Amino acid sequence: MKTKNIGIVKTEYFTFAEHPNELKLSSGKKLGPITLAYETYGSLNKDKTNVILVAHALSGDAHAAGMHEGDKDPGWWDAMIGPGKALDTEKYFVICANVIGGCKGSTGPSSINPKTNKPYGLEFPIITIEDIVKTQARLIDYLGIKTLLCVIGGSMGGMQVLQWVATFPERVRCAIPIATAAKHSPQQIAFDEVGRQAVMADPAWNNGDYYGKPETPERGLAVARMIGHITYMSDKSMEEKFSRKLKEKDYTFSFTADFEVEGYLRYRGDNFVKRFDANSYLYITKAMDYIDLSGDKLLPKGKHADIRFLVIAFKSDWLYPSYQAQDIVRQLKIRGLEATYCEIRSTYGHDAFLLEIDEETRLIKHFLKRHEV
Amino acid sequence: MDRLDYKIISNLIEPNSKVLDLGCGDGELMLLLTKERKVRAQGIELDDSEIYKCVEKGLSVFHGDIDSGLLEYPDKSFDYVILNQTMQQAKKADFVIQEALRVGKRLIVGFPNFAYFKARISLFFKGKTPITKSLPYYWYDTPNLHFLTISDFKDYCKKKNIRILRSSYTGHKKSVRFWPNLFALNAIFLMER
Repeated sequence: MKTKNIGIVKTEYFTFAEHPNELKLSSGKKLGPITLAYETYGSLNKDKTNVILVAHALSGDAHAAGMHEGDKDPGWWDAMIGPGKALDTEKYFVICANVIGGCKGSTGPSSINPKTNKPYGLEFPIITIEDIVKTQARLIDYLGIKTLLCVIGGSMGGMQVLQWVATFPERVRCAIPIATAAKHSPQQIAFDEVGRQAVMADPAWNNGDYYGKPETPERGLAVARMIGHITYMSDKSMEEKFSRKLKEKDYTFSFTADFEVEGYLRYRGDNFVKRFDANSYLYITKAMDYIDLSGDKLLPKGKHADIRFLVIAFKSDWLYPSYQAQDIVRQLKIRGLEATYCEIRSTYGHDAFLLEIDEETRLIKHFLKRHEV
Repeated sequence: MDRLDYKIISNLIEPNSKVLDLGCGDGELMLLLTKERKVRAQGIELDDSEIYKCVEKGLSVFHGDIDSGLLEYPDKSFDYVILNQTMQQAKKADFVIQEALRVGKRLIVGFPNFAYFKARISLFFKGKTPITKSLPYYWYDTPNLHFLTISDFKDYCKKKNIRILRSSYTGHKKSVRFWPNLFALNAIFLMER
């Protein structure tokens, strides 16, 4: 089937939880007003039953597909969303919202705190994946949608998928968690903590109070991102991409980036700081570390759920190894829920969920076909 | 494609039951059972290329190895568990059968008969490992790990206190009734404990 691109799209904004109706967070603290940046693709059918919510990963945003006016690159999952694609916008109404705590239009630590009229910084409350999902539910309410045909996402997006199932089982018809886990393992927490320490060790971080100052914690955030990128690739994909290739003809016998892999990591790190807020990095990684929907917590006893699952893992993903996906499926089977599980053969590591488009499309497209809309 | 074994298995299954197909391959059997017997079917399959085919048919399938057990399935959670042309390829055949009998109320097993007369001729007169319609592989390139006869399997069931409720034997294109251990290419048993 031929696929097409969506074309020009625009981010929209929805603000709620104004004083005195602030949102109560998992921590007990309150947050408000809250703005969510979101995009939609395709059109809502009459019964509002064709809605797919796409949840983004750590560094993602609401711009999942299509092009912004004047941009060179499309949204982060453009290969999956559009006419004839896995999430076919001729059939489905696709929504993607930036998470709270983020820095791409939704309320986060870089937003203005109405109490002080200055950016929140560390005054911003700690958030959880559950808080993120609750704000998404408010957006769905606002759009007049009762149930989601599907919630889908990779990595941290997958955690949001599972959280939707745990918090609003009656509002989800099918769920597609990809390259994710029901709980962060000590290894995953450890990598996040090293990233946070890198940010906080940067003197310019200044306890989170750096907005509007000439120095921002760019070095710290870049290092955090470099570590992240190592965990997103596999030994094999790094070998294939870089091997021991040098940037110049010979060793420089200095600490400049001799190897291509060094240059790549520096480039990725430097690029990231231009588009991402260091405090957001702290808040969002912490939200991931707090998730624990293992055992009964995914589907609390007594709560009825009639949800079909497609759980996807990738063979070379060592950051979210397939046993974690199998643990999710095990819980579903124990509860008698219908679940399909596939471990896609890929060498890309964790990044595979953004790259193995053909395989994911084959699975997702057919999985969704069971639901006529 | 019309497969005799699929038809036989379909006839063994009560309508509207819950079925687990171990080593479900491309899901053809599950699809047939879903259509003809209105069963709710789930499969387990090791080969990833087959997983895609199952998903394309709208079937529910788990990508995994039955040799590691069926831990996530509670006791007697299926009306039928199917091991069609799978058991002889499992590393721990006994364990897999016991697990299948734990999670299923009834078990359907289908396997190739090593005592088929052409296999006997091949071994006895030619001194060669049999290659037959139901055992079509060379020794160096076969997925089969266990070679058993109908008689072997009946002995096994007796030893393990498994009751055989129905048995069907098939030849090249039709059922075999006379002297199955000699004339059947494949056997299909419906069993329970």
